[in-house]
Amino acid sequence: MDKKEYGELVKQATPKTKEGKTLLLAFAIGGIICMAGQGVSDALTALIPSFDEKTISALTGVVMIFIGSLLTGLGVYDKLGYYAGAGSVLPITGFANSIVSPAIEYNKEGIVFGLMAKMFSIAGPVIVSGVSASVAIGIVYYIIGLFA
Amino acid sequence: MEIFLTYLKVFLVGGAVCATGQLLINKTRMTSARVLVTFLLAGALLEAVGLFGYIEEFGKAGITIPITGFGKSLAAGAIEGAKKGLYDACIGGLASVAAGLTAAIAFGFVIALISKSKPKST
Repeated sequence: MDKKEYGELVKQATPKTKEGKTLLLAFAIGGIICMAGQGVSDALTALIPSFDEKTISALTGVVMIFIGSLLTGLGVYDKLGYYAGAGSVLPITGFANSIVSPAIEYNKEGIVFGLMAKMFSIAGPVIVSGVSASVAIGIVYYIIGLFA
Repeated sequence: MEIFLTYLKVFLVGGAVCATGQLLINKTRMTSARVLVTFLLAGALLEAVGLFGYIEEFGKAGITIPITGFGKSLAAGAIEGAKKGLYDACIGGLASVAAGLTAAIAFGFVIALISKSKPKST
């Protein structure tokens, strides 16, 4: 095997192994964060049995968002993100991270145009697309309801 | 034993969702904002066509803790509102995620104010 062949082999093999590792890490850390969410949900249900399922689910989101924001503030979450990739981005804690991380970074540019404006550099698209989609879905269901 | 099985399912479903996201990032060089939007819309769409409930029944927090759950809440609120009228159909989605959004904005603001910016190191 000459140098060129070897180079080809390395090229073929390297991204694959790396890719497999990122997938595995995303799976493991994402799964663990979801289990933590289930734990919070179960704990809240046990603590406040009078709350209905919807409120528990909303409160679980609030608690997870708090944890995500706090860990971002402490500088832990972004380090985790380096390994976890989508495993830390996709859970709701990652949504909190996407708000707090740029807010901290741009704080030095002023509170209004730095912190407050840059908070939404990633969350903005998420909120705009999500709310728009929900309005569209609501209108479609309303129209279907008129004929049903 | 049953609780162990529940958490195993949560782990597997949550892990599968995140690994799918990672696969998208690897294959298409998507930014995290795009991945978040994609999964949010996927969650909303699954709820709109009535499939989200089946996945949720099996995977619980595995599908509701990822951003897909945020999309589901938006769609579910809109669908619920549509039963009352056009006004509620339009505001129902945002109303149902009011708690989460308020938390994200308020906690985010306060924590960003008191946190010091750290140099990006890996």
